Amino acid sequence: MAAETPATEAAAHAEEHHTSTGISNEKLAMWVFLGSECLLFGGLISTYMFNKGRIGPNDIGPNDVFDIPFTSVSSFVLLMSSLTMVFAVSAVARGDIRGNRIWLATTAALGATFVAGQVYEFTAFYSEGLGFTTNLFGSAFYALTGFHGAHVTIGIIMLMSLYVMSMRGNLGPERAETVEIIGLYWHFVDVVWIVIFTIVYLFPQ
Amino acid sequence: MTVTDRTITAPEETLALPAGPAVAHRPLGVFTRPQGSEGWTSWLFTVDHKRIGIMYGAAAMFFFLVGGAEALFIRLQLATPNGSVIGAGTYNGVFTMHGVTMVFLVIMPMAAAFANYLLPLQVGARDVAFPRLNAFSFWCFLAGGLLLVSSIFIGGWFQNAPDGGWFNYAPNSGLPFSPSKGIDFYAVGLQITGIASLVSSINLIVTVLNMRTKGMSFFRMPVLTWMLLITQFLLLFAIPVITVALFLLMFDRLWDANFFNVEAGADPLLWQHLFWIFGHPEVYILILPAFGIVSEIIPTFSRKPLFGYHFMVASGIAIGFMGWGVWAHHMFTSGIGPLAVAAFSVSTMFIAVPTGVKILNWLATMYRGRLRFTTPMLYAVGVVSMFTIGGLSGVTHAIAPSDTQQTDTYYIVAHFHYVIFGGALLGLFGGFHFWWPKAFGYKLNEAWGKAAFWILLIGFNFTFGPMHILGLQGMSRRISTYRADEGFALWNMVATIAAFVIAIGVAMFLWNIYASTRKWQRAGRPDVGPDPWDARGLEWMTASPVPEHNFDSEIEVERLDDFWHRKYGVDENHRVVRTATAEEVAHDGSNTKVHLPSPSYWPIVLGGGILLVGYGLIYNLWLAAAGLVLLVGAIYGWILEPADDPDDAGHHDDHHDDGDDHGDPAGNGGPDGESASAAAPADTEEAATVG
Repeated sequence: MAAETPATEAAAHAEEHHTSTGISNEKLAMWVFLGSECLLFGGLISTYMFNKGRIGPNDIGPNDVFDIPFTSVSSFVLLMSSLTMVFAVSAVARGDIRGNRIWLATTAALGATFVAGQVYEFTAFYSEGLGFTTNLFGSAFYALTGFHGAHVTIGIIMLMSLYVMSMRGNLGPERAETVEIIGLYWHFVDVVWIVIFTIVYLFPQ
Repeated sequence: MTVTDRTITAPEETLALPAGPAVAHRPLGVFTRPQGSEGWTSWLFTVDHKRIGIMYGAAAMFFFLVGGAEALFIRLQLATPNGSVIGAGTYNGVFTMHGVTMVFLVIMPMAAAFANYLLPLQVGARDVAFPRLNAFSFWCFLAGGLLLVSSIFIGGWFQNAPDGGWFNYAPNSGLPFSPSKGIDFYAVGLQITGIASLVSSINLIVTVLNMRTKGMSFFRMPVLTWMLLITQFLLLFAIPVITVALFLLMFDRLWDANFFNVEAGADPLLWQHLFWIFGHPEVYILILPAFGIVSEIIPTFSRKPLFGYHFMVASGIAIGFMGWGVWAHHMFTSGIGPLAVAAFSVSTMFIAVPTGVKILNWLATMYRGRLRFTTPMLYAVGVVSMFTIGGLSGVTHAIAPSDTQQTDTYYIVAHFHYVIFGGALLGLFGGFHFWWPKAFGYKLNEAWGKAAFWILLIGFNFTFGPMHILGLQGMSRRISTYRADEGFALWNMVATIAAFVIAIGVAMFLWNIYASTRKWQRAGRPDVGPDPWDARGLEWMTASPVPEHNFDSEIEVERLDDFWHRKYGVDENHRVVRTATAEEVAHDGSNTKVHLPSPSYWPIVLGGGILLVGYGLIYNLWLAAAGLVLLVGAIYGWILEPADDPDDAGHHDDHHDDGDDHGDPAGNGGPDGESASAAAPADTEEAATVG
């Protein structure tokens, strides 16, 4: 653990906490929390799969509303935000404060684009006649995707907070792990979307 | 100066909260931190795991009295045929609130009391990983508990109490069948206590994994630590599942979703699956802490190490895994199909194996031991015997044809009271007697303690033993009365009388606390010593009551039951001989240089915000909005309050409110994610000024 670069110095600093596992409390807590989140989304996804086909023959269903090309594009945007998140973590670890800010802002913007796409999609579905209370498919669809959208929104707020911290000069390489932990959350939310997109949109209805 | 002090106290540096001089208090605008450890306000703002543990215990005792009173009303109503003490509608509310209270507001927080108080001590840590979050867990639990219990009074006596039974099956829980606000209280209240459990589980898991003292490898941890750790993992994965179920129920009731709307094609079996995927691990969440407590008490009073420590731990872990594969045995009569019934029958029989291992290991620990039947030991032996009865009647449920006959009869009621009252509650009461001197500095009176135990045990067996017979006779649970010609009158009367015997036992237990406290105070508060029972765990290696900083210096652990081995050695004839007194080995709590995290205003404010959001969801969304404002304000207060330790402590309680935001029904946890990042500035400023 020679302190050759600011990055390893920061890592060495982090290890002064002497935790039994070598992982900092904060990072371990985030991992543990994400484990719990798996079950939360697991429950919601199961609920959706259980309920999506339970509609009458003339009811509005998945095939009537989904716009796969549109959602594919917004999914792609969200996936790219994981890449920019990696750049943000790497930048702050290298001590590249400016780069870190740029990538944090980009990540937040991509996330916001995804959420905007979801808002548009919900509005469009609603105008086509699919409300939250219309039928079981509507309830299950909006609950699952809305829940995920809320997670992305929370992530965006966290990214923006990091950005503000950085502007105030409080986000140097010694705080690289903070960015990394938020990154863990962000990647998790993206991975969950891959599952949701596949199961909700791509599986044959 | 800082540097000098830190050099002197070098050994402490490796503890989570390093020693050092108290930092001058520097308020940042309006955001100061509360000071002092005296007076009742210090309890409101405390972040000390021991005080939080005591508050968990006290709150659980309060709810225990509420739930106990409800139980007495049930028994009064059922004492005679055609009972008319309370009406059928009220009866539904009373038995539902009895179940919900005892499961979620008594056994779980009582176990949390032991987890909070003992986990950091048993692994040799200063505190939990995130002290402020720990305080938040308690206040959040209390908010959820008070919200649930308030449903008894709001809008008339039991008019708005939950009335769907503790497992609250759909579609019975829907608005058409339960139009009062009761089920809303159930859905919102349990989500709030769920947030508390989830945050607490993350905190305690990180504490055990990360903050063990030097040499404390996993297989040197006491069995209680192991069982509590497994419990926290079960909570971590089970709570989100019931959160989903409650979430869907809340959407159905408050915003007309269709999840359990049979008219719209929904299958109400979804609720049963979600509930029991949570519900069966929940059974082990209730019992494993008591198993851990018994595993501490029996070796101490048998003067032998626990028989088969590794098997004990392994069977606990096995229960933790297998507990996820047996949920559908609650649903044998739900029409889940013969294949599923057969599979869950087999897995249910199989899970009896690790539990049996534990029973036999406790017996083998006692075998040829030098037994001392103190009050805690009586309770522990009570658990072993009563839980065995409950476990055996549990195995009869694994046999599907027999279970089909017994479902929803008093046989089931008898079974789960034998495991939850006879197992969990007796274990926790034994734990109270065992660790009371550690927490408060004096023993509870042994004569009163033993008398209360025997009264409780007799009352318990005559209340719930006859219910086996009633169940096999065909008496249904949850029916508010029965006819005289059904032949249930005798045993119901016996059960009712015995229920009041239990009440006498509980009163004696409480009187014992009062009388022992008075006696100790009048005697000039004599010191009970660090180790009044000649016990084995690290928690006995410091003064009683435990000083705020736990240990004077870091302990290095070399083997299992290290504290015991520091007191005893082996002579040339291979006989165990005492080599040191506990006072010689234990720390006296005189190190006052240890710097501890300051108390904080915000955990309780955050809990209050959540309480308002809860009532708001049920009654008025504007109230929820006000609660949300308070909640967001509390989160910002949390983030912006100055860190109290220039080096370290501030880091320890940042970040982790993330834990609560997704259990949050309204999605209003949004901003607390922020504390993860924004909490940092205050720390940095502190570090900058001191460094």
